[in-house]
Amino acid sequence: MSGATLTESPYRLREFHPFESDGTQFVYLVPSGAIFALNEIGREIIDCVREEDRTREEMVATLGRRGYAERDIELSLTELEQSEVIFNSGENFVEKPQMPARSFPLQRIVLHVTNQCNLSCGYCYEYSGDKISQTEGKPKHMDSSVAQAAIDMLIKESAERPSVHVTFFGGETLLNFSLLRQAVDYAKTKTAEAGKTVEFSLTTNATLLNEQIVDFLAEHRVGITVSIDGDRELNDSMRVFHDGRGSYDVIVPKIKMLLARHRTNSIGARVTLTAGVSQVRRIYQHLTQEVGFKAVGFSPATASPDRLYHIGVEKMSSILGGFEDLAWEYRDYAVAGRQHGFTNVNDTLKELHSGISKAYPCGAGLGLLGVGTAGDLSLCHRFVDSPVGKMGHLQQGGVDHAARNNFLETHHLGARYDCHTCWARPVCAGGCYHEAFVHYGQTSAANLHYCDWIRGWNDLCLRIYGEINLRNPSFLNRFEEN
Amino acid sequence: MNSMRSMNRKARKVEDTVSSITGDVQALQKRGGEGKVYYPMGCTLNFTPGWEVDVSGGTAGLCQPVERDLFDCYLGCGWPAQVPDHLNNAPDWTDKCASAANDWRKVDIVFP
Repeated sequence: MSGATLTESPYRLREFHPFESDGTQFVYLVPSGAIFALNEIGREIIDCVREEDRTREEMVATLGRRGYAERDIELSLTELEQSEVIFNSGENFVEKPQMPARSFPLQRIVLHVTNQCNLSCGYCYEYSGDKISQTEGKPKHMDSSVAQAAIDMLIKESAERPSVHVTFFGGETLLNFSLLRQAVDYAKTKTAEAGKTVEFSLTTNATLLNEQIVDFLAEHRVGITVSIDGDRELNDSMRVFHDGRGSYDVIVPKIKMLLARHRTNSIGARVTLTAGVSQVRRIYQHLTQEVGFKAVGFSPATASPDRLYHIGVEKMSSILGGFEDLAWEYRDYAVAGRQHGFTNVNDTLKELHSGISKAYPCGAGLGLLGVGTAGDLSLCHRFVDSPVGKMGHLQQGGVDHAARNNFLETHHLGARYDCHTCWARPVCAGGCYHEAFVHYGQTSAANLHYCDWIRGWNDLCLRIYGEINLRNPSFLNRFEEN
Repeated sequence: MNSMRSMNRKARKVEDTVSSITGDVQALQKRGGEGKVYYPMGCTLNFTPGWEVDVSGGTAGLCQPVERDLFDCYLGCGWPAQVPDHLNNAPDWTDKCASAANDWRKVDIVFP
C-alpha cells in the first residue's frame, strides 16, 4: 500500500467495547482484552473518527481547532493506532493467523471416582433426562489401579509443568473415600518422584462428611466445593434423597463442622439455579450468614428448554437482577478493601485483570481431561463415559492424541463463526461444550441462547473493574499471578 | 501514554509495545524505566563520542575506560565499522594484546 493512500485514507474504529464507570470513559479492546481509561484527547479522537471520515491531516486540523497541540495529536494518533483502537483504512489489514494448540501439556485430571450418588437431585445431568453418559457395564466405583494409571498418565502428559492438579468428582465422591485416600497418597509420592507438586480438589454433597474425613482433607489441603442450593425450602426443592427427603437438615451441621475444622484451603458453596430456585440474594445471605461460607458461586442448571426446571427468559432476567445487586455489593466491599464472597464476580474480575483472550472457552481437552470409573478418558467430567468427547482409554493406549487434536482444531474460536463479531469473545469464546451439546446436539455450537446474558454480565464486571481500579487499585493486587 | 491510561495487565503489555515505537531514547547509563525503551547510546552509532574520544576530544569523559571500550566495540557490540575488520582483512590485529588493560599499546595499527 503506498504512502499516499495511507495519508489520504480516513481512520476507522477497530473492535472494542466502550464503557463508562465513575464518570470515566474506558475501552475494552477486542481481541487483545486490554482495558484502558481514555484521557480527554483519546476520547476526542474516537469521537472524531465516529463523527465522519477524516484522514490523518484532517484529524490534526480538526483537533487543532479544538485546542490540542499538534505534537499531542500526532503522538496520540500513533498510540491509538498501535494499540489497535483505530486504524487507517488505507492500511493493508492482515488478520494475524492463529494456530490451534497442539500437544498442550496436561495440567488437571478429573477423576470420576464413582458414578453412584446417594441423592437424587432433580436437575442432575448425570441422571436426568439430559443424561449423556452411558455407564452400563462400567464399574460403579473406580478402583485404585485405574486411579494410579490416571495419575501416572497425568504426570507423563504434563511434560514440563511444575505442578499438576487432581480433582475428585462423581457421583458423590465420598461414597468412594477409600479410593480418594489412596489416590492422594499415590499422587503425592509419584509427583514428588517426578519433581512436581500436586494439588487436590473435591466436589461433594456433604451428606457423608465426618470428622475423620474432614481431617484427612484438611491435612492434604484439598480444596472443597459443596453443592447446596440455599435455605431448607430452596435446597430441598431439588436436592433430595432417593426417598424424596430433603438433604438440608443432614448437610448443614456437617458443613459447619467442615468450615470449622478445615482451614488449609478454600471451601466454597456451589448453587445450581433452576426455575424454582432463583432467589440470588436470599440464597447468598443464607449461605454466608447462616451457614458460614466465605465463597458462594452460582450457576444456572444445564437443561434442555422443555424441562420443567429450565430457566426461561423472564426468570433469567430476574436472576440477572439478583446477580447485579450482589455484584454492586462486591464493588462496595472492594472499594473499602474487603473481600466479598460472590465468586462469580471474583472469577470474572480475575480474568479481566489478566486481560485473557481465550481461543477455547475452558480447559476441557486442552489442559484438562476427565477419567471414567473404567479408565475411559473424556473431554471433561461432564462427558465422562459418554460416546461424545472421547479422548482415549487409560489401559488402551492412553490419551488419543489424534482425537484430541481433532477436537482442538474443530472447536477453536476461529471455527466458531457466530462469535466473530462479539466483543465478549476474549472471555467467553463460545461457552460450555456440554451446555452446547444439550441445547444444540453438538459440542462445537456457540451457546447463542445466553449471548446477551454473557455480554451483560461482562459489561457489568467491566464497569465494576473500572471503578475498583479508580478508587482502590491495590485491591486488584490479589489477582496478580506469581 | 498521552491518550489513555492502562488499567489491566494486558493493557500494560500493549503500552510497553507502543512505547517502543513512541518512547524517548535513553542514555546508556540509565536502564529504561517502566514503559521506556532501552537504546544503548555512547557509541558513534548515535553521533556521540565513541570509544576514541569524548566530547572534549579527550578520553576522561567516556562512559568506560577506553581500553575496554575498544573490545566492547570489537567483540560485544558487533559494530565493525569502528574497528579493523577482523573477519576478513585483519584477523590477527589484536593477537599481541592478551589483556586490553595491560597490552592495549600492542594492538596493531591497521591502514585501510
